[in-house]
Amino acid sequence: MSTRLPVPDRTRALERRGHPVVRVASLVTLVLLWELVTGTGWVQPLFLPSPLDVLGTGFEMLRSGELVGHVITSLRRIVLGFGLGALLGVAVGLAVGFWSLAEAVGNPLIAATFPIPKIALLPLLILWVGIGEASKVAVIMLGVFFPMAINTFAGVRTADPLLIRAAVSFGAGRWSLIRKVLLPSALPMIFAGLRLGAGTALLLLVAAEMIAANSGIGALVLNAQNLMETTKLMVGIVLLSLLGICSHWLLARLERLALPWRSHS
Amino acid sequence: MPALHDVSLTVESEEFLALLGPSGCGKSTLLNLVAGLTAPSAGGVHLEGEPARGRSATAMVFQEFALFPWRTVQANVEFGLEEAGLGASERARRARAHIQLTGLAGFESKYPHQLSGGMRQRVGIARALAVDPAVLLMDEPFSALDAQTRQLMQEELLAIWERTRKTIVYVTHNIHEAVFMADRVVVLSRRPGRVLTMIPVALGRPRTEAMLGEPAFLAAVDRIWSLIRSQAQAALREGEA
Repeated sequence: MSTRLPVPDRTRALERRGHPVVRVASLVTLVLLWELVTGTGWVQPLFLPSPLDVLGTGFEMLRSGELVGHVITSLRRIVLGFGLGALLGVAVGLAVGFWSLAEAVGNPLIAATFPIPKIALLPLLILWVGIGEASKVAVIMLGVFFPMAINTFAGVRTADPLLIRAAVSFGAGRWSLIRKVLLPSALPMIFAGLRLGAGTALLLLVAAEMIAANSGIGALVLNAQNLMETTKLMVGIVLLSLLGICSHWLLARLERLALPWRSHS
Repeated sequence: MPALHDVSLTVESEEFLALLGPSGCGKSTLLNLVAGLTAPSAGGVHLEGEPARGRSATAMVFQEFALFPWRTVQANVEFGLEEAGLGASERARRARAHIQLTGLAGFESKYPHQLSGGMRQRVGIARALAVDPAVLLMDEPFSALDAQTRQLMQEELLAIWERTRKTIVYVTHNIHEAVFMADRVVVLSRRPGRVLTMIPVALGRPRTEAMLGEPAFLAAVDRIWSLIRSQAQAALREGEA
């Protein structure tokens, strides 16, 4: 008599599910725990205020106009610095990726200056362009420039040689090639650079505002700590995390718009 | 070792010429020379007659399609026309006409990754035909397709050729394909490639699938195979892919 053996599904252990309920629950649990340890008085408000207090203080600061000033100042710095740094980085990355002479000039310079922690340059930048807005924008710009230039360069170098040959066979010149083949080829890497740069920009914004500013979210956080106003400090931190989430979401939207051929529908 | 040696070849207007040879015989190199994508170390390539305005000398159809993944079908077909400096409305008109000709109507706004292999190569053909080249160069255009699709695409290309009467230089390593498609088959030796022989195909036009069994077809295939069999064997032993 023959036996029939069922074939087991060997891919079981590789299965990955969405777990939508757990996703929400993990976030809710964190806030509940926070409320629990602070609301019961187990942790002093001086060290960690309750989430409800942070929310209330946040609304108060919003109504008094205190928050709006800080947020607008910070936004202006980060948008300007990020935008300029990204534009410059992409331009340099394209040039270095296309012209061998530009690579010979640019690559050693980038390799030599890239490892410098950009915040260390802030004092020098203040000497050069003053303690005003320009030094903060400049330090963010520098921080964004490097990942953008390096990623754009890598994106250009990985462009499919076949597509370059195809473009050339149809008579494409240098500018056509850069604009219609190299730039679109580099776009996925450029967006990876933008995401990287957004994190760096936020970090440098806060650092610069803590070192040399009396307005902006970084200054708000530092001042609140000096005055032992921990609730205001937490409002600043929540704002920064919101800023990070917003920039991430915006970049994801932008990427979908700019790379419609990558959406696999 | 040079890729080609002492190759002299004349392509007539409105001729469908197949370049056939074993792997690594330099047939693709020869095509690249004609396209201006490789510079010859000696000798040259010349086109007879005045270059007409708004017409390219050559246009290439690539084995791996070489479509721009970020461009829609319409925009891919317009690429060569952009480089030729045509205005937007003229580009759109010519692209539409060639999209119709190649059976791509309705797929204008699709991206290459949304198309099958056969449809992708139609875009490659439309893009090349749109610039109205004096010579259409095709580098193993259907060898990346499955056998059934390849047969259908061959027949469609022949139908397009009947209508446009383009001069075509068609590179292939497939003897049946070369004989079925071409007016004349140029057989190249293995590297360094020399012209072994030129075989005129004594089949009528338009070509049909039924001709695949005709004595003239089979005789031409046999003759070419006996010529390049030893060449192919030698290439195989050298491990040339």
